[in-house]
Amino acid sequence: MYAAITRPLARGDRTQRRWFDGSSTARAVAKLVKPSRTLRPVERVEIYNRMYWFRILDSMAQDFPGLKALLGDEKFWPLVERYLAANPSRSFTLRDLGSRFEKFITREPKLLAPYFEAACDMVRFEWSQIVAFDGPSRPRLTKRQLAGVDPGKLRIALQPYLSILTCRYPVDEYVLALKHDGALRAEASNAVAERVEAKQAVGLLERGSVLHIAVHRVDNQLYYKRLEPEAARLLRALRAGRTLVEACAVAFSRSKKDEPEQAETIQRWFSLWTRLGWLCAQE
Amino acid sequence: MPANQHNGYTEYGIGLGLRVPHYRHILANKPTCAWFEIISENFMVDGGRPLEVLDAILEQYQVVQHGVSMYFGSAGKPDRTQLRRLKNLVKRTKTPWLSDHLCWGSVDGSYSHDLLPMPYTREAAIRTAEKIRYVRDFLEVPICVENVSSYMEFHASEMTEWEFLTEVVERADCGILLDVNNIYVSSRNHGFDPMKYIEAVPHHRVGQMHIAGHTKFEKYILDTHDHPVLDPVWKLYARATELCGVTATLLEWDDKIPSFDEVHAEALKANQFIDEARAATVQHDRN
Repeated sequence: MYAAITRPLARGDRTQRRWFDGSSTARAVAKLVKPSRTLRPVERVEIYNRMYWFRILDSMAQDFPGLKALLGDEKFWPLVERYLAANPSRSFTLRDLGSRFEKFITREPKLLAPYFEAACDMVRFEWSQIVAFDGPSRPRLTKRQLAGVDPGKLRIALQPYLSILTCRYPVDEYVLALKHDGALRAEASNAVAERVEAKQAVGLLERGSVLHIAVHRVDNQLYYKRLEPEAARLLRALRAGRTLVEACAVAFSRSKKDEPEQAETIQRWFSLWTRLGWLCAQE
Repeated sequence: MPANQHNGYTEYGIGLGLRVPHYRHILANKPTCAWFEIISENFMVDGGRPLEVLDAILEQYQVVQHGVSMYFGSAGKPDRTQLRRLKNLVKRTKTPWLSDHLCWGSVDGSYSHDLLPMPYTREAAIRTAEKIRYVRDFLEVPICVENVSSYMEFHASEMTEWEFLTEVVERADCGILLDVNNIYVSSRNHGFDPMKYIEAVPHHRVGQMHIAGHTKFEKYILDTHDHPVLDPVWKLYARATELCGVTATLLEWDDKIPSFDEVHAEALKANQFIDEARAATVQHDRN
């Protein structure tokens, strides 16, 4: 019965007419389900079959409104349907429904042509918003914890809800243009729908130079912040477990800044990141 | 009867489902509301805005947890990670009781995110009751199971839905969240007398009631929670209140949600039936 309910719908949002073994679905279902005064067994199962697909498709559309606007309905719905057919929910909450979407689409360039790279950027960007919305946080790093510690031995962690993305497309500008009233995500997966004005935003998404975007939250509101390349490298190195000295070396390995300039830049960044609450002690 | 072991011996009155479109109004204006029912899964998260909202609500209001994913009727033991998250939330909200549905919806770790009707067999009742006991023992909080609305019935069923509900709750020694709208919807879809259902369930186990609106289609009724409560459902509610006593009641309005005041006013219509039930009890005692 579960397979019948979760089976992809046929054309016209109808239950598939053929059962798994090629026989009639109506006949197969009638062995399990009673008819009502007004509905045949297969029609009763179809109610659940539709509700299943409408619910999970709608959940994906709410979680990936930027991708939907980018691809348009004609490409978005078949893509999401294929993803969900291959990756049924493995979590008690719809919040996690899109957790394997990025992995899925990277294997499906044909389905996304000609937007493959832009779509990959968008999916990572929109999933990182879900993480930033309700991901865990840890106590912020305090000045006292930093004082007197040898930078050569100091390892600093980043908040689990913070994502550092590298994108070739300005997905942040695109999504901001799609927001109806500037309100950010309200409730991941079970979210209230955000109205999108796709036509206004389409022109913004053209491939450009590499962008580094931090997706984070402050006072439980979502924000995106573009980062200098060196800052992104430094944060990634910290997240990878490098010491502060090692991370700074990685960050400026390709930089033309002299040492005093680097020191001033690092100080400025850490001052900002501390205020934003991005830094925490390693566990 | 209203305050019983199944609702933690509370008398909560008429509550509302806590929904996103009302957050701003509730947090800013702190309107009077006896209690809020939260969907547990919306708050079984690690941090961020959902928990901030919840904590603000908990400072002002009584909260009861209602779940949609425990699937007491699914085969297999409940997921321990899910249970641990739920228990953390129970500790946070101090919910006096917790409800979820008498249904199935997951198979081998895959989730339908729907409330699927069960075949009403003795074997299913035994297995379901065991699972309810397991969850209750883990969470250490009274549990009420809710009857779902349904659109299909199985040949394998050996009893009526109300007999099955009774069998399960007696075996599990748990409470009932009696959803009178669901009874009405299912009665129309399956062709049974909803009053018979209301009269047959063990009234002393009813810890909470749900009321809601539904939508009529040509061939069936859908449980949409997007309308005011319709008259036939109020009639069932009146009878249920008469039989069970004044019970914590919750209006569900989940789609096309109007203003908080409008939803609250709709819920408070239940007072009329509660007053009538109280008057009938007084009259009965005098006689």
